[in-house]
Amino acid sequence: MHAWLPEAHPAAPSPVSALMSGIMLKTAIYGILRVSFDLLGTQIWWWGVIALALGLVTALFGVIFAAVQVDMKRLLAYSSIENIGIILVGIGLTIIFHTSDKAALAALALTASLYHSINHAFMKGLLFLGTGSILHATGERHLGKLGGLIHKMPNLAWIMLVGTLALAGLPPLNGFVSEWLMLQAFLLSPGLPQAYINMLVPIAAAALVLVAALAGFMMVKFYGVIFLGQPRDARIGVVHDAGLWERIGMLCMVVGCIALGIFPTFVILHLDFVTEILVHDSLGKSAVQSGWSMLTPIAAERASYSPLILLFIIVTGVVLTMLVVKKFYHGRLRRGATWDCGYPEQSARMQDTAEGFGQPIRQIFEWFMGVVRKMPTPFDLHPHYHAEVHDRLWDLFYVPIKRANEMIGQQIGKLQHGRIHIYLLYSFITLLALLAFVE
Amino acid sequence: MNASALLLQLMQNVLVLLAAPLLLGWINQCRAWLQNRSGAGVLQPYRNLIKLFHKDAVLAFGASPLFRITPYILLACMWLAAALVPVLATDLPLSPAVDVIALVGIFALARVFISLAAMDIGTAFGSLGARREMLVGFLAEPALLMVLFTASTISQSTSLITIVETLAHKQFVLYPSMTFAAVAFVMVLLAENARIPVDNPSTHLELTMIHEAMILEYSARHLALVEWAGALKLLAYMAIGIALFIPYGIAEAGNWNALPLAIVLLTLKLLLAGAGLAFIETISAKMRIFRVPEFMGTAFLLAVLGLLTHFLLET
Repeated sequence: MHAWLPEAHPAAPSPVSALMSGIMLKTAIYGILRVSFDLLGTQIWWWGVIALALGLVTALFGVIFAAVQVDMKRLLAYSSIENIGIILVGIGLTIIFHTSDKAALAALALTASLYHSINHAFMKGLLFLGTGSILHATGERHLGKLGGLIHKMPNLAWIMLVGTLALAGLPPLNGFVSEWLMLQAFLLSPGLPQAYINMLVPIAAAALVLVAALAGFMMVKFYGVIFLGQPRDARIGVVHDAGLWERIGMLCMVVGCIALGIFPTFVILHLDFVTEILVHDSLGKSAVQSGWSMLTPIAAERASYSPLILLFIIVTGVVLTMLVVKKFYHGRLRRGATWDCGYPEQSARMQDTAEGFGQPIRQIFEWFMGVVRKMPTPFDLHPHYHAEVHDRLWDLFYVPIKRANEMIGQQIGKLQHGRIHIYLLYSFITLLALLAFVE
Repeated sequence: MNASALLLQLMQNVLVLLAAPLLLGWINQCRAWLQNRSGAGVLQPYRNLIKLFHKDAVLAFGASPLFRITPYILLACMWLAAALVPVLATDLPLSPAVDVIALVGIFALARVFISLAAMDIGTAFGSLGARREMLVGFLAEPALLMVLFTASTISQSTSLITIVETLAHKQFVLYPSMTFAAVAFVMVLLAENARIPVDNPSTHLELTMIHEAMILEYSARHLALVEWAGALKLLAYMAIGIALFIPYGIAEAGNWNALPLAIVLLTLKLLLAGAGLAFIETISAKMRIFRVPEFMGTAFLLAVLGLLTHFLLET
């Protein structure tokens, strides 16, 4: 039931989009959790399988469509669909573990889901606020007309880089932590009583990894087309950077993304009371057993991840390399024209557009989405190539429902003639029918 | 964490950094021999790096700071990846910080940065390379993780040290699951390191190039760092392959006497792996870019088969 989302986000003002994506979508997750654990008590294991499968399909659907979008807010809206799918996958896994009496694993999967909900609120909020600033500065939502904003809006570009990396699920930021926890839950699943589930679960994990990798593709497209390269439209030349208050708002989100990524153990300790209520176990006590900087979901020799040490090593590596290069290298640098293999004629139109960057996805997943192509004939003097991507669910699901609705309405409409004696006849027949029924 | 383990970690850090170009030189030399050429010698990559470090850097007018910092981030990521894989001894103090999933995450981080840098100047080749690199990346990542999942299901752990210790203690028999995984891993290695048949590392002007298209605008020290990072990435992948499929002879924790033998064995394994890579590159031709999804799909299927075989036959 996603179809309203990509239509609603571009229409809403950006701060509202941020709230919608960060908080409003999570109310459904809250509802699913309360209904499946509190009201129904989850006794049946295949409910979990259904939730898992639905979540995976949603996530894959969302990310594939996000990768071919050309409107930046539609792209983010489809990405929200993907992330809700990932959260649902975690809930499905929780139900499977919960019904198999594996409380510790259920707590792990549930923590991963909840963690991803918090993460998504922060990173998607950040990105939507950022698109708001871009929209404000350029008046343009279409990716194909943006480009090169890193030179015009450097502050915004660095802020958005954090959000981009986080949403792409890269270490050491927050998106990676929840994906890591979820993959750990998947990997620890062997030992379930149902043998077929045992085999299917790792393949579901592979599908989840595919989603994560596609999210990387999508975010490179998002950031690369908006901020990097040369402006694709001359009007982009005169824009201003994000204002002070906009930056402060977004910096709060940036701090959230980084802190959630670097200090996962503290967050997990705060999530404990939720998992305690729902699945009667918690992750906190095992997560911090090797110190607060090391995240160990079950046991230290099974799996451990320390974002702080990871960040420290990478930063040390960068600084060390810079120092060594600075010491032993003459440091001469001059600016020149772009080389590009020696082609002299270059224009901004030679860069990939948003459609161009999504082309491999369109090619590979063509069977999945409705692609309408208009190819020029060889004799066309003004050739024009046009390709459009459709959401097939519109045609397969919503349009039939709409048609059926209209048809029923028309049939019922025949009853209405606007003549009083026919209405009296209806009342009379109803009265007779009721009398016959009561008798 | 004790002092000797720390010393070992430092030693591996320095060793991988210095030895990575040597491996590249060895592969190129093997390839030259197989093609009846005399070759430039195994030290040629070092000479290239020195030459590049002496040149004046030229930066395109439209380059942003992101473009300039990317080579350093790339080198740091690959250095970290190569230094954390236990190939000499299982007593690396930094290794618990990063498990196999995080390792794949680090490779993804480096890939995203180099793709963004490629799009930075806004040339036709740059964005073409970035698009293709991300394409190969998202196809290879699930296959790589399935291979790693097979190993971690066998050892009940995603920690590199535990995986290597478990696999090294198993007796020397051919596991069907690990055989499937090994074939899939070799295919992923070829794709991720821009080798034939997916990409050609020695091309500079071809419409089919991937990696080279991304780094066209780099020069001098930046190019040297990118090339060095590429060599480190290849070494890291080979180290992962050795750690997963032929870990025999690795020095256990605290066993310093086994270390010399481990070093000799590791050198031999790397020489063999390099020669094998050169052989594969010599006998195969580069494929069209739209055959790459099929190629990576095959790798993914093989890895899944490996995992299923493990569940069906080995438990």
